[in-house]
Formats: sequence, C-alpha cells, structure tokens
Amino acid sequence: MTPAPTEVSQRRDTSQDPQDRTPVISVRRLWKVFGPKADEVPGSEELCGLTRRELMDRTGCTAAVRDVNFEVSPGEVFVVMGLSGSGKSTLVRCLTRLIEPTAGEIVFEGEDIRGADARRLRELRRSKFSMVFQHFGLLPHRKVVDNVAFGLEIRGMGRADRVKRAMETVELVGLAGYENSYPDQLSGGMQQRVGLARALAGDPDVLFFDEPFSALDPLIRRDMQSEVIRLHHEVGKTMVFITHDLSEALKLGDRILIMRDGRTVQCGTGDELVGAPADDYVRDFVKDVPRGDVLTLRWIMRPAGPDDALDGPELGPDVVVREATRAVLAAEKPVKVVENGELLGIVGDEEILAVVAGQEGGA
Amino acid sequence: MAAVADATAPAATIREKISRPMVVAAILVVWLVLFAAFRGRQTLTLAAADLTGLHRRLNDVNDSIGANRNSNPVFLYFFNEIRLAIDNLVTFVQSVISQPAGGRPVPQIGWLGVVGLTGYVSWAVGNWRVALLAVAGFTFFGLQGLWQESMDTLALTLSAVLVALLIGIPLGVWAGLSDRFNRVMTPFLDFMQTMPTFVYLAPLTLIFLIGGASAVITTVIYAAPPAIRITAHAIRSVPETTVEAADSLGTTRTQQLVKVLLPMSKRTVVMGVNQTIMAALAMVTIAALIDAPGLGKTVVQALQSLDVGTAFNAGLAIVVMAIVLDRVTTAAAARTETRRDGRFLKWRRPLLGAGGVAALVLVYLSHTYVWAAEFPGDGTAGSHIASAADTATTWLQDHLSGLTNALRDVLTNGLLNPFQTLLTDSPWWLVGAVLVGLGAVLGGWRAGVTAAVCVGLLVATGLWSDSMTTLASTAVATALVMLVGVVFGVWMGRSTLVDRLIRPTLDAAQVMPPFVYLVPFLALFGATRFTAIVAAVVYAAPVAVKIIADGVRNVSAPTVEAATSAGCNTWQIITKVQLPMARGALTLATNQGLIYVLSMVVVGGLVGAGALGYDVVAGFSQGELYGKGLAAGLAIVLLGVMFDRITQAAARRTRA
Repeated sequence: MTPAPTEVSQRRDTSQDPQDRTPVISVRRLWKVFGPKADEVPGSEELCGLTRRELMDRTGCTAAVRDVNFEVSPGEVFVVMGLSGSGKSTLVRCLTRLIEPTAGEIVFEGEDIRGADARRLRELRRSKFSMVFQHFGLLPHRKVVDNVAFGLEIRGMGRADRVKRAMETVELVGLAGYENSYPDQLSGGMQQRVGLARALAGDPDVLFFDEPFSALDPLIRRDMQSEVIRLHHEVGKTMVFITHDLSEALKLGDRILIMRDGRTVQCGTGDELVGAPADDYVRDFVKDVPRGDVLTLRWIMRPAGPDDALDGPELGPDVVVREATRAVLAAEKPVKVVENGELLGIVGDEEILAVVAGQEGGA
Repeated sequence: MAAVADATAPAATIREKISRPMVVAAILVVWLVLFAAFRGRQTLTLAAADLTGLHRRLNDVNDSIGANRNSNPVFLYFFNEIRLAIDNLVTFVQSVISQPAGGRPVPQIGWLGVVGLTGYVSWAVGNWRVALLAVAGFTFFGLQGLWQESMDTLALTLSAVLVALLIGIPLGVWAGLSDRFNRVMTPFLDFMQTMPTFVYLAPLTLIFLIGGASAVITTVIYAAPPAIRITAHAIRSVPETTVEAADSLGTTRTQQLVKVLLPMSKRTVVMGVNQTIMAALAMVTIAALIDAPGLGKTVVQALQSLDVGTAFNAGLAIVVMAIVLDRVTTAAAARTETRRDGRFLKWRRPLLGAGGVAALVLVYLSHTYVWAAEFPGDGTAGSHIASAADTATTWLQDHLSGLTNALRDVLTNGLLNPFQTLLTDSPWWLVGAVLVGLGAVLGGWRAGVTAAVCVGLLVATGLWSDSMTTLASTAVATALVMLVGVVFGVWMGRSTLVDRLIRPTLDAAQVMPPFVYLVPFLALFGATRFTAIVAAVVYAAPVAVKIIADGVRNVSAPTVEAATSAGCNTWQIITKVQLPMARGALTLATNQGLIYVLSMVVVGGLVGAGALGYDVVAGFSQGELYGKGLAAGLAIVLLGVMFDRITQAAARRTRA
C-alpha cells in the first residue's frame, strides 16, 4: 500500500545539487490579487498583513498568490503543492502569464517575463515553455498527431516536418499506433499522454504541469507518474509540477513548495518536509507519510558517543532509511554515516526501528 | 451582511407566501364588484371602420413617405439601395429556379435540375436517406401542381437565409468573442424574439413597399437572431481549458479563432443554420400577407375564400418543405459530428465527384429541354388531395359537427364570452388598474411600471377595446396551453417511454410554419374566433409541454425517492413535490406559451378571429385602414411586452 519506495529513492539518486547552477526560473515577491483595487494590495504594508478573509471584507479583493519566492534549477522537478483554493493553479498560470500577475518578478533565463510584450510572450510560449492541463484541453476535431503538431503548426512549421516531429513525440509518450485516433476515442490517461506529447513536441526548456493527473483513476495516475519520471530521465527537462497530492509530490519532486491561502508555508526537499516540518500545518500534512521511505540517515543519526564502537560498516548520509534497514539490522555494530571521509554520526538498531515501526510518527 | 440576509429571509418568505395569492384574489374580487357597478361605461370601443386621429396621422405618414420615396435622401441613398440590392438578389434566385428569365419561357434550371441538385447537395452534406427524402419531397411539389409556388418559396427562403447568415454569423462570432458587444446585443435579440412574429410586416412595408424584397428583409430580421445567438453561444461554450491550452502554446488571436474556436463550434453553428432556415421558411410563408410570392400566398388566398381543399394542398407542400429542409440540415449537423465513419471513406470522394457530374447533367438537360424544365402533368395529385380534403371536411362537418360545435360552444360561451365581456365591458381604467396591480404583485414593482406604461400606450393606440378582445382570446388560449402543457409535461417528465414517443412529434410540430395549423381547424370549426384559439393552442403547446417535461424531469431523483419512502402516492408526488419544484419551468412555459399564442393572433385574423389580428390583416389590404393596422400591430407588441415582462419577472422570483 505504501507508494513504491524504490521510486522515491531513485529520485534522490538523480537529483543534482540545485545550488551550483544559475536558476532557470526565479520568482520574487510574486502577487496575484483579484478584485476591484487589486493593484493597491501588494504595495500596502497594512493590507499585506491581513488574512485572506479580512482582505476580502476590507477591500473586496481575493489574494490568490501572496508574496511567493522561489527558484527552479535546470533539470529540476519543482513541485508546488497545496489544497484546492491555495492558489497553486493561479501561481503556475502567472508564470506563463496566462493570468497576469499583480506584482513581483518572474525571471526566466535572465529575462523578466513580466516585461515581455505580446509578441515576445508568444515567442516564449511557442519555444521556451509549454503546459499540460488537468482537463487536457485537446482539440476534439483533430487527430492525435495533429493535436500534438498543433504547437508546431502555429509556429509556421511545414506539414511534413511537423508531422515527423509529432510522430516522434507520440512514440516517446507511448502512443504509437494511436496517432490517427481522435481524442474522444481515447481513455483519460491516453488523452493526457496526448497533452504531454503536445507539450513536448515544441522541445521547450520548461514544462509546466497543472494537476495533470487529478482527473485520472488512481492506477492510471500511478502509471502516468512513472511515465513523467521516465520522460524526465530521457529528456531531462526542467519541470514545474502542481499537485494537491502529497504522495505524488514526494514521488516526483526534487523540491516541494507547500502553499496555503496563497502563501508559501515551506519549501524544501521531501525529507526536509517530513523531517523538519515548518509548522503544524505541514506536520499535519506529512503525518501519514511512511517516514522510512522518505527520511535519510542524515535525519535519524546520532552523534557518536564515547561508548560506541566505531568499526561498523559505512553508509552515506543520503541513503533512505528503508534501504539502510537491512544493512543496519544485519550489522553487529552501529553503522557509521560518512560523507567525504568525515564521520557525521552513527545509526544503530534503535534509530532504525523507531522510524520503521513508526514510533516517531506524528511527533 | 450574510447574517442580516438570514434574519430577514424567513420573515419575507412568510409574508410572500401568505399574501401573494390573497392579494391576487382581492384584486379580482374588487374588479368583479367594480365591473358590476360600472359595466359598459368608458369602454373605449371603436367600430371596425372608425379611425382615430392617430390612425389618420399614420395614414398621412404613409402617404407622405409614398410621395417622397424617390426624393428624400434617406430613402434615395439608404432604404432604396437596400431594397434594390435585395430585390436583385431575389430576382436572380427566382430567375434561376422559379420564374421565367432572360427571354426564356422557363427558369434557367427546370424541375429535373432542381431535384437533381437538391438530392446531390442533401447527400453531400447529409446522407443518402435525407437525399432520397429531399428528391421525393421536391417531386411531390410537382405532382401537387405547385412546382412554381414551391420554388418561389424556396427562392425567397434561400435568399433570406443567405443574407441572414452573412449578417448573423459574423455578428455571432463577434458577440462570442467580445463581452461588451454581447451585452449590447443581448437586449436587442431578446426584444426581437419576444416580438410576435408578423407585427413588423406593416412598418417594413412603409419603408420597403410590398413584394418579394420586403418579404426577404422581414424574414432576415426574423431569422438572423437565432443565427447570432447560437453562433455566439457556440463560441462561448468552447471549453476554457482548450482555449487556455492554445494560448499557452502561443497562438495569435487569429489562429485562436480560425484553428480552435471556429472548428470547435462548427456543429452548433450548423444547428443554428437549421434554426435560421426553419424561421425563414415560417416567415416567408407569412410574408404572403405583404404580397410575397409562393405557397404562403396560395394558402392566404384560399383561407380568405374559405377554400379548405386548396389551402390544405398548399399547406401540405409547406409541411413537406419544412420536413425536407429540417431533416437535411439536421443530418448535416450530425455529419459534422461523426466525420469518420471509416468504411466508405475512400469511396466518398470519387462518388461525390460522380454525383456532382450527374447533377450537372440533369441541370443541363433541364436548361435545354422543355420536358425537363416544366414539370410534366397538370398537378392532378394536387387536385386529388384538394378534393379529398374537401370531402373529408364535408364529412367532418356533416358527421362531427355535433361534437365540434358542442366543444366550440361550451368553450366559447362558458369561458371565452364571459371573460371577454368582463374585459371589454369594464371601464378601461379599471382593467388598466387590474393589469398594473397584477403585474406589480406577480412580477414586482418594475413589472408594474412596465404594465402601466403599456396600458397607457394601448389606450393611446385607440384600439383599447380590440386589444381587450384579443387579450381575452390570448388568455383563454394560454390557459388551455398550460392545461395541455401540465398534463403532457408531467406525463413525459415522469416516464421516459412516453417522452421518447411524444418528443419527436413535438419536435416536428415546432418546425412547422404557424400558418399550416389553421387549415385543419378551419375544416373542423369553421371561420370563428375559436378556430384561431385552437390553432394557437396547437402551435404553442409543444414548447410548453417540453419546458414542463424538462422541469419535472429535473426535479432531483433523491427528493422524489425521499417522498416515495415517506409514503406519498403518485398524485401526492406530482402535486406536492414535482410540480412545486418545477414551478420555475411552469412560469417559463407560461411566458413562452403566451408569446407563441400572441404570435398567432395575426394569422388568426385571417379566419375570423377579429380584433387586433383582423385590424392588421385589413390594414394590408385596404389603404384607408393602413394606419389602424399599424396601430394594431403596435398594440400586439405592447401586449407581448407587457406579458413578457410580467411573466419573466415572476419566473425570476420563483427561481430565486
């Protein structure tokens, strides 16, 4: 019943260290306010401090995104997670200006998106980023291949070229043989594969996913999640992924940003969220996560005391607890957690069992 | 704010629940008392040939427009130009299929060519079944001896549809894209749809004279609104995600429109074309009143001389044409939906080509040889139909007259006459006050104000008494419509089987031009008010039945289940759950029923309905009554606006 543990650890292995590269997207002080006097809200110290409800009563405005900051590194899968109404879908639409942000900066490859005029914005959408939608947004009057080629067609690519490219993409997402079907002949999961192929066809730098699998059945959802992981391995695109499902977020995300009422609650890797929740909201959220699948040895090791035997086996600090369980339990002596030759701490049977048996859960 | 609303809401509903029916009853009681006291005084009656100052002034306006038609710059450079352009279009289409042209004794394309082309086009846009139907239908016109009349009707319909779509689809796309334009457009469309059908015939003849051109212009005005509305609706109902997805891929506005919005709304737009064609056919036949050529004219002339046989024959042709046009366009709409039925796909192109060539050969033959140009035979089938209809009428009148007369007399003496007396013999201020009071109680103060304005204007038209007579017939007809509507609506709403059986008939009845309803009832009941009322009921009932059926069906299943489990019997479920919960639909059905009934008033004038309908019809035929006819048309509009506003406001209240 637990979400397939191997996949979680797989993510850890492939994640690059995000800090040592210039970010693809950096978002600074981003605001989106809906309502009559939207522009005044982000600038006003007083209005910023209000809760959503108070703001609504005072000004009639709804603040969907409030002062959000984050950076996405090249090749990273960045997940924005929140419940419905938390502003996550508005946030992702602001990034491509499908919804016009009220205030803040969105810097994409060194260029402030908010400064782009209509023509430049169109160019960016055509070549730099593309999006996958919850309800697919396919064109029912076009075949699969023509749906996939749509983005290329509006760029002005010739028919032969775009069909060739579309066919490659159709194959990449595993829809070979369905290229001449119409969307309404396909299942929901397959339709979303078309959506995915359409987004990939233009070879964008960044892919945005707006709750792409929420409308799908659980089993198909899991297939599609694996599909995204596979594609990420194959094409290595930067991805910004919106979801309301924590296990999906943990499974896919290198880093996760949790939103609530338009604000950032916490932003970090999965094990950071589980190991060090920023507040009760996050703690409550991650309560039911099988901790052994997410936490690494770094989170459970203790400093080596004078009584500890230090001749046990060595493991890295980023090994997931579940993976280390067998090794630790099999060893006679506590396992040493070592990074770059330096001893960080040790892990013994108690630490492992505390996590695996869930004694620590809900703490 | 919410708390305040909560606090006042129960008090308000209690007050309304107790008082509204009681106030209505009180108004009616006061009316009856005052009626007894003031009977016959200040009734504003006006004899058929009498005119008021307003009518004479309208006559003068008509005369002066007639005199200055070719000197006034507005006419010279605007109205006359429009008229000329439309006239050229109509003459051209007529010369192709219906009227002798270019020194030839026959039109450019004879019957064989028209039948061939119709079959081919029906097959290409629809399927082979509707193509067979179209060929059979068109051949039938020839056999009826009504080939030329049918082609005139078709020519006018096609011209009007062409112009209506040329105007309607672009406007519809615009209204679909722009919220602002949509807001500007909607009230106009609403108003045009509440206007009883033919009341704008008269003002239009003032500007465009009578004949084919103004028939087409009237028809365009009547048939364009559905095209605009449906196109706008189609554009608006493209899913937002799809538009957003296209946006996210970087489409320009033009690409968005051409590659996403238009293709995705194609099917709905084709349904709009269907509506436009049906509306146009209905109006073209009615435009016979302003001397439009075609089948309508045959019907009108036959009705005026009470020649049921001929009227039936021509009416049948109208029905056949309506069925053919409706089926073909419906099949075309279905085709745009299922464009990929695989098997015969690769044969389709060559077959289409071959069919096209065959149709062209037929056109050529009919252009060249007389036998293919003029329909052979002398329409004996038509005279058989006519005489059979006559025989049937005579038989009905001989054998069923006891029954039909009894029905007629019961309704006339028991319901219609007393009500009419109450309305016409009350002083005008009393009826006016009652109308305003009812409007205010049922629809709120806005509706009351509208009613007051309409009453004032009705008095000003000088046709108060005629209006009250028409009002009486309209009210009785609407009551009957609601009776039929509730009985059949509830039946259909409760049983899917009944719904499946009855709905096709209702759909068919709705596409019929209103004219043809008169003929059979004329045969049954003779030329009386009652015939007009029954025809109006039959014309208006389908829409009311459908609305009520949908309303009953939409009552949530759990509620009905809960009532059943509480031990309600069927009658209790209907009266205590389904009808009360469908009261929004009931009010809407009343609204639509009234509008439909009212639009039959003028047509009813042809068969002895008298009052406003007669005034309008007489205004077309007699020059000195022109002004009065115009005023009568205005009075019908006023009645329509008044009822529409009151029932709409009442519907909004019941929904809220």
